[in-house]
Amino acid sequence: MADNAIEVKALTKKFGGFTAVDAVSFEVGRGRIFGFLGANGAGKSTTIRMLCGLLDPTSGTATVGGFDVRSEVEGVKRTIGYMSQKFSLYEDLTVVENIRFFGGAYGLAKRTVDSRLAWVLGMAGLKGREKSLTRTLSVGWKQRLALGCAVLHEPRIVFLDEPTGGVDPASRRRFWELINDLSERGITVFVTTHYLDEAEYCNDIRLIHAGRIVAGGSPQELKTKVIGNPILEVLSDRIVDAMEILQKEPWVLETSIFGTSLHVSVADEEDGRRLIRERLAREGIALLRADRIMPSLEDVFIHKIEEQSGGAGAEEARP
Amino acid sequence: MSLLALRCLRPVIKKEFRQISRDARSLMFMISLPAFMLLMFGYALNFDVKHIPLAVVDEDGSRTSRDLVDKFRTTEYFDLKAVLPKRAAIDPLMAREDIRAALVIPARFADDLLAGRSPSVQVIVDGSNAMSGTTAAGYVGAILQSYSQAITLEGLARRGFTDVSLPLAPEVRVWYNPELRSAKFLVPGLMAFILMVIVTVSTAFSIVREKERGTMDQIRVSSIRPLELVLGKMVPYVAISLGSAHLVLLLGQVLFGVGIKGSYPLLLLAMLLFLTGALGQGLLISAVTRTQQVAFLFAILTTMLPTFILSGFVFPIRNMPAAVQAVTYLVPARYFLASLRAIILKGAGIGAVWPQLLFLTGFAVLSLGVSAARLGRGDGERPRRRTGA
Repeated sequence: MADNAIEVKALTKKFGGFTAVDAVSFEVGRGRIFGFLGANGAGKSTTIRMLCGLLDPTSGTATVGGFDVRSEVEGVKRTIGYMSQKFSLYEDLTVVENIRFFGGAYGLAKRTVDSRLAWVLGMAGLKGREKSLTRTLSVGWKQRLALGCAVLHEPRIVFLDEPTGGVDPASRRRFWELINDLSERGITVFVTTHYLDEAEYCNDIRLIHAGRIVAGGSPQELKTKVIGNPILEVLSDRIVDAMEILQKEPWVLETSIFGTSLHVSVADEEDGRRLIRERLAREGIALLRADRIMPSLEDVFIHKIEEQSGGAGAEEARP
Repeated sequence: MSLLALRCLRPVIKKEFRQISRDARSLMFMISLPAFMLLMFGYALNFDVKHIPLAVVDEDGSRTSRDLVDKFRTTEYFDLKAVLPKRAAIDPLMAREDIRAALVIPARFADDLLAGRSPSVQVIVDGSNAMSGTTAAGYVGAILQSYSQAITLEGLARRGFTDVSLPLAPEVRVWYNPELRSAKFLVPGLMAFILMVIVTVSTAFSIVREKERGTMDQIRVSSIRPLELVLGKMVPYVAISLGSAHLVLLLGQVLFGVGIKGSYPLLLLAMLLFLTGALGQGLLISAVTRTQQVAFLFAILTTMLPTFILSGFVFPIRNMPAAVQAVTYLVPARYFLASLRAIILKGAGIGAVWPQLLFLTGFAVLSLGVSAARLGRGDGERPRRRTGA
């Protein structure tokens, strides 16, 4: 286990008859950025809450920093930092008061808090706003302050539950830079998100759907290995009609709309391009282009979910 | 538990004080509402019946009958509104609530008296308010009684029996509240009622708010233990509500003349025990509820009605049916109220109130213990096993 910060085996959580997390297993290497991807309700938060000792697993085992999440909660707590979905800060306290409170809550000495205070203010870009009430800060600031408070006690492992929800793109990018900094200093970062583009920043990814892990690997591995069949990006003036027509063809494996283009998975690149052109021409739909593209993580995700559910429901489950 | 183990207590207390001081509305609510309610209840909730509007129908019109009417004119219990010629005139006045009682002195009242035939005097009372109606009837009866006695003695004296005394001369002395003023009886009750409701409601909010904002999870992954959280949230609220209780005591003294007859330290002890229990109840409510609205409803339901109705605050417990009386033993305010009245009005010492204090201690220990235990769990899940640290 020496190299793994987190080890999870067949971790399961049931709420009554509903299985929120279904026999999930994975390992997270020390100092890695581990991305847990999935739609809302897929089981991401439930998993993170079990790993933080906030929720008892129904079955299975998990260790965090070598501590068992069931029997060694105090050890887990000393090892981790946790930032919940809501950037949970006290809105009626000032920036400094929040930092000092959490410092005290982690049992840090006053001197330690003082030095960490300066670090958090610098990291979050909050110098000069020390006395602002937290509720007056923008979402991006709150997010960075919440991260600062979560790592005040310099934990070895940080859990970030949807840290970028509702944050503007510039702040999101800046936040990911902070995550990178943490990782470079040897801190293991476990992050959940439903933004697939953010997954590109991770070293290691798991896709979770309906409580189960459906795919895993580095972003590169996922894009090159999971989908064996070529994907053609179809550009046309009537892509919705085009999708409806192509879906019915036996030689079309998968279709999905991405913005103004249509992704069509076929068995062979050349044959596929010819067949698409002919089929659309018969309906009077002009084909502008059909180029082979590298699958995006979204393609991978949809592919895996369709594989799982036999083709139905992929659109709804799209993160 | 050693002091070292409570090292996270201070940050929690500091944080709570800061948050309370930022929330001016809640702070005002906690400090000034009790005083405001004391004024409202103290002046409005008055069971004393004075200045009852009265009409008299004097069909006799004799000197004797006017003498009797004067008895009513000179007492502060009645305001003589009208002297009417006919009984029929009573009805409209009573209906308009211009009068609440009427006295009918029949014709030949004086003659009958002189002749030794007991004339009957009719008393009519508006019973639509049972409480004041009964009191008014009692007062009229008493005045007639004493008038009748005076006449009897006078008549006897006229016949030569000068050394007559009545066989039974009741001498009633009311202890602890000699003027039988409602305020004396109400101030201790109000303190119990106000403290119970305010303290429970405001603490009920405190943990639910953390849950709603998600800060509860943040606290649970930190080094703060449930006991530290409960104590840390309690200390500021105990301090504030004790201040509030003293304001009520002061106002009771200044406005209603209700001084503390007994020992102040004993009173303080009773207040501390009761407040701690009420706080524990508030914390428990917020530990089992998820939203502030539900917590508020819970807090109001479990404090307002029992404390108002079942504590003996307004309605005497001994007049209740046995089953309801049994329920009152579960109302903490009952014990607090009993000890407050004993200490404030009667000057009772620890020897008289210890059973009540014992019950309050039990209430405090139970409610705090249960809420700390409940907070140690997550989201209604199985209790979490803790390891040494």
